[in-house]
Amino acid sequence: MGEEVVLFGTRGSPYTCRIEIALKLKGVQYKYIDEDLANKSPSLLKYNPVHKKVPVLVHNGKPVLESLVILEYIDETWQGYPILPEDPYERATARFWAKFIDEKCFPAIFKSCWGEEKEREKAVEEVSVVLKILEDELKEKKFFGGENVGLVDIVAVVIGFSLGVYEEAARVELLNKEKLPRLCNWIDDFLSNSFIKESLPPRDKLIAYLRNRFRSGNASK
Amino acid sequence: MADEVILLDFWLSMYGMRVKIALAEKGIEYDYKQEDLSNKSPLLLEANPIHKKIPVLIHNGKPVCESLIIVQYIDEVWNDKSPLLPSDPYQRAHARFWADFVDKKVSVVSRKLWTTKGEELEAGKNEFFETFKILEGELGDKPYFGGETFGFVDLSLVTFYSWFHAYEVFGNINIEAECPKIIAWAKRCLQKETVAKSLADQKKVYEALGQLRKIRGYE
Repeated sequence: MGEEVVLFGTRGSPYTCRIEIALKLKGVQYKYIDEDLANKSPSLLKYNPVHKKVPVLVHNGKPVLESLVILEYIDETWQGYPILPEDPYERATARFWAKFIDEKCFPAIFKSCWGEEKEREKAVEEVSVVLKILEDELKEKKFFGGENVGLVDIVAVVIGFSLGVYEEAARVELLNKEKLPRLCNWIDDFLSNSFIKESLPPRDKLIAYLRNRFRSGNASK
Repeated sequence: MADEVILLDFWLSMYGMRVKIALAEKGIEYDYKQEDLSNKSPLLLEANPIHKKIPVLIHNGKPVCESLIIVQYIDEVWNDKSPLLPSDPYQRAHARFWADFVDKKVSVVSRKLWTTKGEELEAGKNEFFETFKILEGELGDKPYFGGETFGFVDLSLVTFYSWFHAYEVFGNINIEAECPKIIAWAKRCLQKETVAKSLADQKKVYEALGQLRKIRGYE
Protein backbone atom coordinates (compact mmCIF):
# COMPACT_ATOMS: atom_id res chain seq x y z
CA MET A 1 0.00 0.00 0.00
CA GLY A 2 1.43 3.39 -0.94
CA GLU A 3 1.87 6.13 1.56
CA GLU A 4 -0.57 8.98 1.54
CA VAL A 5 0.55 12.34 2.84
CA VAL A 6 -1.76 15.35 2.67
CA LEU A 7 -1.01 18.85 3.95
CA PHE A 8 -3.84 21.28 4.64
CA GLY A 9 -2.51 24.83 4.73
CA THR A 10 -2.81 28.37 3.53
CA ARG A 11 -0.35 29.93 1.11
CA GLY A 12 1.32 32.82 2.80
CA SER A 13 1.15 31.34 6.29
CA PRO A 14 4.62 30.82 7.76
CA TYR A 15 3.21 27.92 9.77
CA THR A 16 2.21 26.09 6.60
CA CYS A 17 5.46 27.05 4.90
CA ARG A 18 7.59 25.46 7.61
CA ILE A 19 5.86 22.11 7.06
CA GLU A 20 6.45 22.26 3.31
CA ILE A 21 10.14 22.99 3.92
CA ALA A 22 10.42 19.98 6.22
CA LEU A 23 8.61 17.62 3.83
CA LYS A 24 10.81 18.75 0.94
CA LEU A 25 14.00 18.36 2.98
CA LYS A 26 12.96 14.77 3.71
CA GLY A 27 12.00 14.15 0.09
CA VAL A 28 8.43 13.20 1.03
CA GLN A 29 5.81 13.26 -1.75
CA TYR A 30 2.67 14.98 -0.56
CA LYS A 31 -0.58 16.49 -1.74
CA TYR A 32 -1.18 20.11 -0.80
CA ILE A 33 -4.72 21.39 -0.12
CA ASP A 34 -5.12 25.13 0.19
CA GLU A 35 -7.73 26.19 2.75
CA ASP A 36 -9.83 29.33 2.62
CA LEU A 37 -9.84 30.28 6.30
CA ALA A 38 -13.06 32.25 5.90
CA ASN A 39 -14.71 29.11 4.60
CA LYS A 40 -13.05 26.07 6.16
CA SER A 41 -13.51 22.74 4.46
CA PRO A 42 -15.42 19.89 6.16
CA SER A 43 -12.19 17.86 5.99
CA LEU A 44 -10.23 20.45 7.97
CA LEU A 45 -12.94 20.68 10.61
CA LYS A 46 -13.02 16.89 10.84
CA TYR A 47 -9.25 16.60 11.26
CA ASN A 48 -8.82 19.52 13.63
CA PRO A 49 -12.06 19.92 15.59
CA VAL A 50 -10.33 21.42 18.63
CA HIS A 51 -8.49 24.36 17.04
CA LYS A 52 -9.92 24.33 13.47
CA LYS A 53 -6.59 25.65 12.23
CA VAL A 54 -3.97 24.96 9.61
CA PRO A 55 -1.51 23.42 9.07
CA VAL A 56 -2.75 19.86 9.43
CA LEU A 57 -0.69 16.93 8.18
CA VAL A 58 -2.71 13.82 7.41
CA HIS A 59 -0.56 10.70 7.10
CA ASN A 60 -2.37 7.60 5.89
CA GLY A 61 -5.62 9.08 7.14
CA LYS A 62 -4.34 10.09 10.58
CA PRO A 63 -4.10 13.82 11.39
CA VAL A 64 -1.15 15.50 13.09
CA LEU A 65 -1.74 19.01 14.41
CA GLU A 66 0.26 22.08 15.52
CA SER A 67 3.26 23.01 13.41
CA LEU A 68 5.98 22.26 15.99
CA VAL A 69 4.39 18.87 16.74
CA ILE A 70 4.14 18.15 12.99
CA LEU A 71 7.82 19.02 12.48
CA GLU A 72 8.90 16.53 15.17
CA TYR A 73 6.54 13.91 13.72
CA ILE A 74 8.04 14.36 10.26
CA ASP A 75 11.55 14.02 11.69
CA GLU A 76 10.67 10.83 13.58
CA THR A 77 8.71 9.21 10.76
CA TRP A 78 10.95 9.76 7.74
CA GLN A 79 14.67 9.04 7.80
CA GLY A 80 17.22 10.93 5.75
CA TYR A 81 17.74 14.62 6.44
CA PRO A 82 17.90 15.24 10.22
CA ILE A 83 15.69 18.13 11.33
CA LEU A 84 16.48 17.81 15.03
CA PRO A 85 19.95 17.00 16.37
CA GLU A 86 20.60 13.62 17.99
CA ASP A 87 22.05 14.81 21.26
CA PRO A 88 19.34 15.34 23.93
CA TYR A 89 20.84 18.63 25.16
CA GLU A 90 21.04 20.03 21.63
CA ARG A 91 17.48 18.87 21.02
CA ALA A 92 16.29 20.68 24.14
CA THR A 93 18.13 23.80 22.97
CA ALA A 94 16.55 23.60 19.50
CA ARG A 95 13.09 23.18 21.03
CA PHE A 96 13.70 26.15 23.31
CA TRP A 97 14.57 28.47 20.41
CA ALA A 98 11.70 27.19 18.26
CA LYS A 99 9.33 28.04 21.11
CA PHE A 100 10.98 31.43 21.61
CA ILE A 101 10.49 32.31 17.95
CA ASP A 102 6.85 31.23 18.01
CA GLU A 103 5.90 32.87 21.30
CA LYS A 104 8.04 35.99 21.34
CA CYS A 105 9.22 36.84 17.82
CA PHE A 106 6.36 36.25 15.46
CA PRO A 107 3.61 37.89 17.55
CA ALA A 108 5.78 41.00 17.97
CA ILE A 109 6.63 41.10 14.25
CA PHE A 110 2.97 40.78 13.36
CA LYS A 111 1.81 43.40 15.83
CA SER A 112 4.45 45.90 14.78
CA CYS A 113 3.15 45.80 11.21
CA TRP A 114 -0.53 45.02 11.52
CA GLY A 115 -1.53 45.68 15.10
CA GLU A 116 -3.62 48.49 16.53
CA GLU A 117 -1.78 51.78 16.12
CA LYS A 118 -1.21 52.31 19.81
CA GLU A 119 0.38 48.85 20.10
CA ARG A 120 2.73 49.20 17.17
CA GLU A 121 5.49 51.34 18.69
CA LYS A 122 5.91 49.04 21.66
CA ALA A 123 5.87 46.02 19.34
CA VAL A 124 8.62 47.54 17.18
CA GLU A 125 10.80 47.88 20.28
CA GLU A 126 10.03 44.30 21.23
CA VAL A 127 11.05 43.11 17.77
CA SER A 128 14.38 44.90 18.13
CA VAL A 129 15.01 43.12 21.44
CA VAL A 130 14.10 39.63 20.23
CA LEU A 131 16.01 39.94 16.97
CA LYS A 132 19.11 40.95 18.93
CA ILE A 133 18.68 37.87 21.12
CA LEU A 134 18.59 35.70 17.99
CA GLU A 135 21.58 37.54 16.54
CA ASP A 136 23.52 36.65 19.70
CA GLU A 137 22.35 33.04 19.63
CA LEU A 138 23.50 32.59 16.03
CA LYS A 139 27.11 33.28 17.14
CA GLU A 140 29.53 32.08 14.44
CA LYS A 141 27.19 29.45 13.02
CA LYS A 142 25.96 29.54 9.46
CA PHE A 143 22.54 28.31 10.50
CA PHE A 144 20.88 27.96 13.92
CA GLY A 145 21.20 24.21 13.25
CA GLY A 146 24.96 24.52 12.65
CA GLU A 147 26.31 23.76 9.18
CA ASN A 148 22.88 22.85 7.88
CA VAL A 149 19.29 24.02 8.17
CA GLY A 150 17.61 22.52 11.24
CA LEU A 151 14.43 22.84 13.30
CA VAL A 152 15.10 26.39 14.45
CA ASP A 153 15.94 27.61 10.94
CA ILE A 154 12.75 26.05 9.58
CA VAL A 155 10.66 27.64 12.32
CA ALA A 156 12.50 30.93 11.71
CA VAL A 157 10.92 31.26 8.27
CA VAL A 158 8.98 33.99 10.03
CA ILE A 159 12.24 35.91 10.15
CA GLY A 160 13.89 34.58 7.02
CA PHE A 161 10.95 35.37 4.80
CA SER A 162 7.85 36.77 6.52
CA LEU A 163 9.73 39.60 8.23
CA GLY A 164 10.97 41.10 4.95
CA VAL A 165 7.58 40.70 3.32
CA TYR A 166 5.77 42.34 6.23
CA GLU A 167 8.30 45.19 6.31
CA GLU A 168 7.66 45.93 2.66
CA ALA A 169 3.90 45.47 2.81
CA ALA A 170 3.45 47.60 5.93
CA ARG A 171 6.27 50.01 5.10
CA VAL A 172 7.86 49.49 8.50
CA GLU A 173 11.57 49.01 9.11
CA LEU A 174 12.36 46.23 11.56
CA LEU A 175 15.66 44.75 10.41
CA ASN A 176 18.57 47.04 11.15
CA LYS A 177 21.47 45.77 9.02
CA GLU A 178 24.15 47.47 11.11
CA LYS A 179 22.90 46.09 14.39
CA LEU A 180 22.09 42.61 13.06
CA PRO A 181 24.80 41.60 10.57
CA ARG A 182 24.79 37.89 11.44
CA LEU A 183 21.03 37.65 11.18
CA CYS A 184 21.14 39.38 7.80
CA ASN A 185 23.75 36.90 6.57
CA TRP A 186 21.60 34.08 7.91
CA ILE A 187 18.61 35.43 5.97
CA ASP A 188 20.68 35.41 2.76
CA ASP A 189 21.82 31.82 3.35
CA PHE A 190 18.30 30.80 4.34
CA LEU A 191 16.78 32.19 1.17
CA SER A 192 19.49 30.56 -0.98
CA ASN A 193 18.54 27.06 0.14
CA SER A 194 16.77 25.36 -2.78
CA PHE A 195 14.25 23.42 -0.66
CA ILE A 196 13.32 26.59 1.16
CA LYS A 197 13.00 28.61 -2.04
CA GLU A 198 10.61 25.99 -3.44
CA SER A 199 8.41 26.25 -0.35
CA LEU A 200 7.99 30.01 -0.23
CA PRO A 201 4.85 31.65 -1.58
CA PRO A 202 5.21 34.29 -4.35
CA ARG A 203 6.38 37.45 -2.61
CA ASP A 204 4.46 40.08 -4.60
CA LYS A 205 1.19 38.25 -4.32
CA LEU A 206 1.64 37.95 -0.57
CA ILE A 207 2.43 41.66 -0.21
CA ALA A 208 -0.68 42.59 -2.16
CA TYR A 209 -2.79 40.21 -0.08
CA LEU A 210 -1.44 41.57 3.22
CA ARG A 211 -1.99 45.19 2.24
CA ASN A 212 -5.49 44.39 1.13
CA ARG A 213 -6.36 42.37 4.22
CA PHE A 214 -4.89 44.58 6.92
CA ARG A 215 -4.64 48.06 5.60
CA SER A 216 -7.61 48.76 3.38
CA GLY A 217 -9.63 51.47 5.14
CA ASN A 218 -8.74 50.50 8.70
CA ALA A 219 -10.06 46.97 8.20
CA SER A 220 -10.49 45.11 11.46
CA LYS A 221 -8.48 41.88 11.87
CA MET B 1 31.43 10.49 37.49
CA ALA B 2 28.00 10.87 39.05
CA ASP B 3 25.41 13.09 37.42
CA GLU B 4 24.85 16.47 38.99
CA VAL B 5 21.21 17.50 38.72
CA ILE B 6 19.82 20.74 40.13
CA LEU B 7 16.23 21.96 39.90
CA LEU B 8 15.55 25.67 40.31
CA ASP B 9 11.89 26.00 41.24
CA PHE B 10 9.22 27.74 43.27
CA TRP B 11 6.90 25.50 45.28
CA LEU B 12 3.69 27.06 43.95
CA SER B 13 4.51 26.57 40.28
CA MET B 14 2.56 23.84 38.52
CA TYR B 15 5.28 23.93 35.87
CA GLY B 16 7.96 23.11 38.41
CA MET B 17 5.78 20.29 39.73
CA ARG B 18 5.80 18.69 36.27
CA VAL B 19 9.58 18.44 36.42
CA LYS B 20 9.47 17.04 39.95
CA ILE B 21 7.12 14.27 38.79
CA ALA B 22 9.39 13.44 35.85
CA LEU B 23 12.47 13.29 38.07
CA ALA B 24 10.62 11.09 40.57
CA GLU B 25 9.34 8.76 37.83
CA LYS B 26 12.92 8.21 36.68
CA GLY B 27 14.29 7.87 40.21
CA ILE B 28 16.78 10.69 39.70
CA GLU B 29 18.52 12.25 42.69
CA TYR B 30 18.76 16.00 42.55
CA ASP B 31 19.39 19.17 44.45
CA TYR B 32 16.24 21.22 44.92
CA LYS B 33 16.75 24.98 45.08
CA GLN B 34 13.76 27.12 45.97
CA GLU B 35 13.88 30.55 44.33
CA ASP B 36 12.62 33.79 45.82
CA LEU B 37 10.88 35.18 42.75
CA SER B 38 11.06 38.72 44.07
CA ASN B 39 14.83 38.35 44.40
CA LYS B 40 16.04 35.91 41.77
CA SER B 41 19.37 34.21 42.38
CA PRO B 42 22.41 34.88 40.17
CA LEU B 43 22.29 31.17 39.31
CA LEU B 44 18.76 31.48 37.91
CA LEU B 45 19.56 34.65 35.99
CA GLU B 46 22.62 32.97 34.49
CA ALA B 47 20.80 29.71 33.72
CA ASN B 48 17.76 31.37 32.14
CA PRO B 49 18.84 34.83 30.98
CA ILE B 50 16.12 35.10 28.33
CA HIS B 51 13.02 34.45 30.42
CA LYS B 52 14.44 34.55 33.97
CA LYS B 53 11.81 32.00 34.97
CA ILE B 54 11.57 28.73 36.83
CA PRO B 55 11.66 25.80 36.46
CA VAL B 56 15.20 25.33 35.19
CA LEU B 57 16.98 21.99 35.26
CA ILE B 58 20.76 22.19 35.43
CA HIS B 59 22.35 18.89 34.39
CA ASN B 60 26.11 18.68 34.84
CA GLY B 61 26.26 22.47 34.62
CA LYS B 62 24.09 22.82 31.51
CA PRO B 63 20.70 24.52 31.90
CA VAL B 64 17.46 23.33 30.30
CA CYS B 65 14.46 25.68 30.41
CA GLU B 66 10.69 25.43 29.81
CA SER B 67 8.91 22.68 31.74
CA LEU B 68 7.76 20.45 28.86
CA ILE B 69 11.12 20.77 27.14
CA ILE B 70 12.78 19.76 30.43
CA VAL B 71 10.46 16.75 30.77
CA GLN B 72 11.27 15.58 27.25
CA TYR B 73 14.97 16.05 27.96
CA ILE B 74 14.67 13.95 31.12
CA ASP B 75 12.82 11.27 29.15
CA GLU B 76 15.50 11.17 26.45
CA VAL B 77 18.52 11.16 28.78
CA TRP B 78 17.21 8.72 31.37
CA ASN B 79 15.64 6.43 28.83
CA ASP B 80 16.22 3.16 30.66
CA LYS B 81 13.05 3.26 32.75
CA SER B 82 9.52 4.67 33.06
CA PRO B 83 9.07 6.16 29.58
CA LEU B 84 7.04 9.36 29.75
CA LEU B 85 6.31 9.58 26.03
CA PRO B 86 5.11 6.68 23.86
CA SER B 87 7.57 5.14 21.39
CA ASP B 88 5.28 5.31 18.34
CA PRO B 89 5.71 8.63 16.42
CA TYR B 90 1.97 9.11 15.87
CA GLN B 91 1.17 8.54 19.53
CA ARG B 92 4.01 10.86 20.48
CA ALA B 93 2.57 13.56 18.24
CA HIS B 94 -0.83 12.99 19.85
CA ALA B 95 0.68 13.36 23.33
CA ARG B 96 2.61 16.49 22.36
CA PHE B 97 -0.54 18.04 20.89
CA TRP B 98 -2.51 17.59 24.09
CA ALA B 99 0.32 18.76 26.32
CA ASP B 100 0.52 21.85 24.08
CA PHE B 101 -3.26 22.28 24.50
CA VAL B 102 -2.82 22.24 28.27
CA ASP B 103 -0.09 24.88 28.01
CA LYS B 104 -2.00 27.14 25.63
CA LYS B 105 -5.49 26.85 27.11
CA VAL B 106 -5.56 25.56 30.68
CA SER B 107 -3.08 28.07 32.09
CA VAL B 108 -4.89 31.00 30.45
CA VAL B 109 -8.43 30.06 31.45
CA SER B 110 -7.45 29.00 34.98
CA ARG B 111 -5.76 32.28 35.71
CA LYS B 112 -9.03 34.16 35.34
CA LEU B 113 -10.61 32.20 38.18
CA TRP B 114 -8.41 33.80 40.82
CA THR B 115 -7.42 37.12 39.26
CA THR B 116 -10.74 38.50 37.99
CA LYS B 117 -14.21 39.34 39.24
CA GLY B 118 -17.67 40.24 38.02
CA GLU B 119 -18.39 39.74 34.32
CA GLU B 120 -14.80 38.83 33.50
CA LEU B 121 -14.90 36.07 36.10
CA GLU B 122 -18.20 34.72 34.76
CA ALA B 123 -16.74 34.58 31.26
CA GLY B 124 -13.62 32.96 32.70
CA LYS B 125 -15.69 30.23 34.38
CA ASN B 126 -17.37 29.36 31.09
CA GLU B 127 -14.06 29.15 29.29
CA PHE B 128 -12.61 27.03 32.11
CA PHE B 129 -15.38 24.45 31.87
CA GLU B 130 -15.38 24.51 28.07
CA THR B 131 -11.68 23.70 28.14
CA PHE B 132 -12.01 20.93 30.72
CA LYS B 133 -14.96 19.39 28.91
CA ILE B 134 -12.74 19.12 25.82
CA LEU B 135 -10.14 17.40 28.00
CA GLU B 136 -12.78 15.07 29.43
CA GLY B 137 -13.72 14.17 25.87
CA GLU B 138 -10.12 13.34 25.08
CA LEU B 139 -9.76 11.26 28.25
CA GLY B 140 -12.89 9.27 27.43
CA ASP B 141 -13.00 6.00 29.33
CA LYS B 142 -9.26 5.59 29.56
CA PRO B 143 -7.73 5.48 33.04
CA TYR B 144 -5.08 8.01 31.94
CA PHE B 145 -4.65 10.35 28.97
CA GLY B 146 -1.70 8.11 28.11
CA GLY B 147 -3.97 5.05 28.00
CA GLU B 148 -3.28 2.30 30.52
CA THR B 149 -0.32 4.10 32.03
CA PHE B 150 0.44 7.58 33.32
CA GLY B 151 2.22 9.63 30.64
CA PHE B 152 3.22 12.99 29.22
CA VAL B 153 -0.24 14.51 28.98
CA ASP B 154 -1.22 13.32 32.46
CA LEU B 155 1.96 14.85 33.84
CA SER B 156 1.39 18.15 32.06
CA LEU B 157 -2.17 18.52 33.40
CA VAL B 158 -2.29 16.90 36.85
CA THR B 159 -0.17 19.59 38.46
CA PHE B 160 -3.01 22.09 37.95
CA TYR B 161 -5.05 19.90 40.34
CA SER B 162 -3.07 21.34 43.23
CA TRP B 163 -4.67 24.70 42.43
CA PHE B 164 -8.25 23.36 42.06
CA HIS B 165 -9.29 24.07 45.65
CA ALA B 166 -8.19 27.69 45.21
CA TYR B 167 -10.00 27.94 41.86
CA GLU B 168 -13.19 26.59 43.45
CA VAL B 169 -13.17 28.99 46.36
CA PHE B 170 -12.11 32.14 44.52
CA GLY B 171 -14.08 31.34 41.40
CA ASN B 172 -17.08 30.00 43.30
CA ILE B 173 -17.29 26.86 41.18
CA ASN B 174 -17.65 23.14 41.73
CA ILE B 175 -15.30 21.36 39.39
CA GLU B 176 -16.38 17.83 40.34
CA ALA B 177 -20.01 18.61 39.54
CA GLU B 178 -19.15 19.80 36.04
CA CYS B 179 -16.20 17.55 35.22
CA PRO B 180 -16.43 14.38 37.34
CA LYS B 181 -14.16 12.38 35.05
CA ILE B 182 -11.35 14.90 35.45
CA ILE B 183 -11.56 14.74 39.25
CA ALA B 184 -11.66 10.91 39.16
CA TRP B 185 -8.65 10.93 36.86
CA ALA B 186 -6.73 13.36 39.09
CA LYS B 187 -7.39 11.23 42.18
CA ARG B 188 -6.21 8.17 40.26
CA CYS B 189 -2.97 9.98 39.39
CA LEU B 190 -2.53 10.98 43.02
CA GLN B 191 -2.43 7.32 43.99
CA LYS B 192 0.98 7.26 42.38
CA GLU B 193 3.63 8.21 44.91
CA THR B 194 5.63 10.18 42.35
CA VAL B 195 2.65 12.45 41.76
CA ALA B 196 1.46 12.69 45.36
CA LYS B 197 4.86 13.81 46.63
CA SER B 198 5.40 16.30 43.80
CA LEU B 199 2.16 18.26 44.03
CA ALA B 200 1.88 21.19 46.40
CA ASP B 201 -0.67 20.96 49.19
CA GLN B 202 -4.02 22.38 48.00
CA LYS B 203 -4.66 24.26 51.20
CA LYS B 204 -1.24 25.92 51.16
CA VAL B 205 -1.80 26.93 47.51
CA TYR B 206 -5.15 28.44 48.48
CA GLU B 207 -3.58 30.44 51.30
CA ALA B 208 -0.70 31.67 49.16
CA LEU B 209 -2.99 32.74 46.32
CA GLY B 210 -5.26 34.42 48.85
CA GLN B 211 -2.36 36.58 49.96
CA LEU B 212 -1.35 37.35 46.37
CA ARG B 213 -4.92 38.40 45.60
CA LYS B 214 -4.81 40.91 48.43
CA ILE B 215 -1.42 42.28 47.45
CA ARG B 216 -2.30 42.61 43.80
CA GLY B 217 -5.82 43.88 44.38
CA TYR B 218 -7.66 41.08 42.60
CA GLU B 219 -10.43 40.65 45.13
